[in-house]
Amino acid sequence: MTAVLEVEGLTKHFAVRKGLLRRAIGKVYAVDGVSFAVAPGETLGLVGESGCGKSTVGRTAMRLIEPTAGSIHLHGQDITGLSRAEMRPHRRAMQIIFQDPYASLNPRITAGEIVGEPLRVHGLADARQREDRVAALFRRVGLRPAQMKNYPHEFSGGQRQRIGIARALALDPALIIGDEPVSALDVSIQAQVINLLRDLQGERGLSYLFIAHDLAVVRHISHRVAVMYLGRIVELAETRALFATPQHPYTEALLAAVPVADPRKRRPRRIIQGDVPSPINRPPGCHFHTRCPYAEARCREAAPPLKQAAPGHLVACHLR
Amino acid sequence: MPGETATLPALPEGAARAGPPVLEVEGLSTWFFTRRGIVRAVDDVSFALAEGETLAIVGESGCGKSITALSILGLVPSPPGRIVGGAVRLRGTDLLRVDEEAMRRVRGNEISMIFQEPMTSLNPVLTIGAQIEEALTLHQTALSRAEVRARAVEMLQLVRIPEPERRAKEYPHQLSGGMRQRAMIAMALSCNPRVLIADEPTTALDVTIQAQILELILDLQRRLGTAVILITHDLGVVAETAQRVIVMYAGRKVEEAEVVALFEQPLHPYTRGLMGSIPHLVDENTERLAEIPGMVPALNALPPGCAFAPRCTMATERCHAEMPPYREWQPGHYSACWYAEALMQHGAVP
Repeated sequence: MTAVLEVEGLTKHFAVRKGLLRRAIGKVYAVDGVSFAVAPGETLGLVGESGCGKSTVGRTAMRLIEPTAGSIHLHGQDITGLSRAEMRPHRRAMQIIFQDPYASLNPRITAGEIVGEPLRVHGLADARQREDRVAALFRRVGLRPAQMKNYPHEFSGGQRQRIGIARALALDPALIIGDEPVSALDVSIQAQVINLLRDLQGERGLSYLFIAHDLAVVRHISHRVAVMYLGRIVELAETRALFATPQHPYTEALLAAVPVADPRKRRPRRIIQGDVPSPINRPPGCHFHTRCPYAEARCREAAPPLKQAAPGHLVACHLR
Repeated sequence: MPGETATLPALPEGAARAGPPVLEVEGLSTWFFTRRGIVRAVDDVSFALAEGETLAIVGESGCGKSITALSILGLVPSPPGRIVGGAVRLRGTDLLRVDEEAMRRVRGNEISMIFQEPMTSLNPVLTIGAQIEEALTLHQTALSRAEVRARAVEMLQLVRIPEPERRAKEYPHQLSGGMRQRAMIAMALSCNPRVLIADEPTTALDVTIQAQILELILDLQRRLGTAVILITHDLGVVAETAQRVIVMYAGRKVEEAEVVALFEQPLHPYTRGLMGSIPHLVDENTERLAEIPGMVPALNALPPGCAFAPRCTMATERCHAEMPPYREWQPGHYSACWYAEALMQHGAVP
């Protein structure tokens, strides 16, 4: 089966500029040779800490920002070099929802217009049909059609995220990229939105690229999970395998750091020390060696390739 | 500290640690008088904090947990806010009845607070060292200048900031998020306060840094004997750090218990709902999360009965009509639910 989305060697460097002449004085290596595929109906979770490049991967895959190198295939077709006009039919297949629904919704138009806008822009329905489609979308995401005439500020955070989801669904996409879509929500509301996303996937066979920092949420929603550190994927595996038998020392450290909501399981545990190094000035070799308890000489010299440790379980570590 | 790992010590459980109360909050009510009516942000909240204890206050946005903390420190923005009733006793003295000058001697000295975003409480134009020195000069007047400077560096060392002498001369923006949070903790603890209020201290941090900071707070608490009020929305953080927990909803306490009792047998449907709605790292991957339907009611238009009733799957007519009393159902385990007893016996309303 052809992957809905496949990226290969995806790379994005941003220039760091300084001074009056805006001279480039260095580069932020935001994404550095990332490859993965998302199958139809699959959720691929993308986790990592701030600055690991996970959001940049999502935006680059959407072609909201241009990659420095690498390729992006949508339904098997290379969309990497397509112009704005050529991209347009493909935009229907791929939508994105953001962390802060408020920042991503135009405050001056009604919720109904926001959700109907993609239909209007793509000329997919006349005004009457649009109204009906939007009403149906509102009902589907748990909003009342009567709320179509309200403005974004009249909704709560959870409701605004529902509006964002309805807008993403309007064009009946094959893939939705969620960039921390539930991170800003209170836990009771977060559960509502996670359940909605899962139900929609079941009904419509949607694929998700689910970008988040919360490991428990990612575990709950994903079929497979990729872990990123300083622009690279360090581990990629089926969810069950990744959480039961993490192979990369960074994945181990991440899992150990998550507080467990069970006071009887309170236990002494190993906490990894130090901060994530700057993506402008990355350590040579394996980027994680400065914090890795197992690092050896070769880890400081050569970057380990992402290779198969078990069937379907990829890891980038010299020691595994 | 590259490559090193530390160990988060296991805590002794519950009541074993409870000493005499250092802080007592009684019937605290903080209301906001707005154009849209009176917002009861904190409504009749009472609790006692024992010496050396960690008390967690947990709840979602708008439940009143942060306003409770600001009320204790006399930092409620007024107008529109006003403490309309209650008492906050620090070793017997009611802080709601002392003047601003006396309050200034309390803040940062006897009660310190750390916030989610260190940049909002660190002064961007002063070095880290100067800010700690400022707190010390203000409160510890017996110290000489040299002693103050030495103490500031010592505090940075205590919170495990590498190269403390050099870092003391740096500005907040030169530090990473985790290092800034450490610097704020150093400042908060510099005068050896009896009470540390930590308002979502790790919410803005990455998970590996969160683990470092929580471990640091707990370790320092043990060494300095500080009592900690930890305000958080994260049940994982609560389970790993607190001895006792207060759950707030819509400005009121709905449940209070020792941490193990709370997680083993929550006696309020809201607490149960919260626990059901979080995905876990280790359990079976269930198909659906148990969601709490609806959303938090507006605090200026609360229903006459239980504020949680409109979202509660167990609510009966009585819940919508009458506010349930806050009662002790088991030793040390309080809940404001008409059906707490049923929850205790059957796990649900029969």
